[in-house]
Amino acid sequence: MGLVQIGKPDKDGDLGIVTLTLEKAVNWARKGSLWPMTFGLACCAIEMIAAVSARYDIDRYGAGVFRGSPRQSDLMIVSGTVCRRMAPVIRKVYDQMPEPKYVISMGSCATSGNIYDSYSVVQGVDRFVPVDIYVPGCPPTPEALFDGILKLQDRIMQKRVFTKQPDQVKV
Amino acid sequence: MHAIAEHIQAKFPNGFVKADEWRGDLAITVTREALHDVCQFLREDPAMDCDYMVHVSSVDWPDEDERFEVVYEVQSIRKRHRVRIKARVPEHDCIVDSMVDLWKGAEFMEREVFDMMGIRFANHPDLRRILMPDDYPEGYPLRKDFPLQGKGWRDTFDFLDDPA
Repeated sequence: MGLVQIGKPDKDGDLGIVTLTLEKAVNWARKGSLWPMTFGLACCAIEMIAAVSARYDIDRYGAGVFRGSPRQSDLMIVSGTVCRRMAPVIRKVYDQMPEPKYVISMGSCATSGNIYDSYSVVQGVDRFVPVDIYVPGCPPTPEALFDGILKLQDRIMQKRVFTKQPDQVKV
Repeated sequence: MHAIAEHIQAKFPNGFVKADEWRGDLAITVTREALHDVCQFLREDPAMDCDYMVHVSSVDWPDEDERFEVVYEVQSIRKRHRVRIKARVPEHDCIVDSMVDLWKGAEFMEREVFDMMGIRFANHPDLRRILMPDDYPEGYPLRKDFPLQGKGWRDTFDFLDDPA
């Protein structure tokens, strides 16, 4: 008596059973818990750190549990200038991540080398690891990184989990 | 001329080449042979008391006979003065004495000069590359005749199973 039943109108009808494909359920679970690998290389990392902070709160997209180990990560955000000497390390970290794994190339440097057309800077991290999402900017704002994460989530939802896919393109 | 420069000229008449002063920065050019003695004097003389090695760098003058210039910058924390010591070396014999015995902090900075410019340091305890990998094949990247984009190393990924 006198109690307000919150959400009552939405709950009318029998919602005890929700039907969806198992594939969709798996993809939904994957996209909602993207644990990123802590991999800051330069100033873009500062924006990535800001994205984690309370003001922007990357956790809203389930991508806030930054791991110190690639073995616990799903997502590698390569944020910053990729020097050639760092390249084998990035590849090793990527190889250590369990499947399924995703890579976001954050910022102009990781995407194309940016202005650093020099002897030591790799002209894009996609030269040696496959990249799912490119986030432009120098550096990208946290909102831009979120846009990349949301795009990645859309992409994850489109993946086929139980049917055979053509082999991944070798990089 | 600056008092410190006059002091060094009087003390090392053969090693002293010239002194420049620009906006309060004193730069003394000495011969390569006198470099270590001048630095030792700056380090140990109570009036100089330069206990802090600020940096070691180098300059490439590709059109000049003595092509490379090694630059040491030292400071006295107590006396608050700063001196820049320069010495020229030719390309075919680019070696100077190491200052690691005077300032331990020079070790990594001299390694960087060796890595980037290829100038060797006699009596350095551990003269290896420091920024580039030990097996870096392309020479010395900060020399003026080095191509800006390198010679292909940045685009070779030998750690991949199937390098493109």
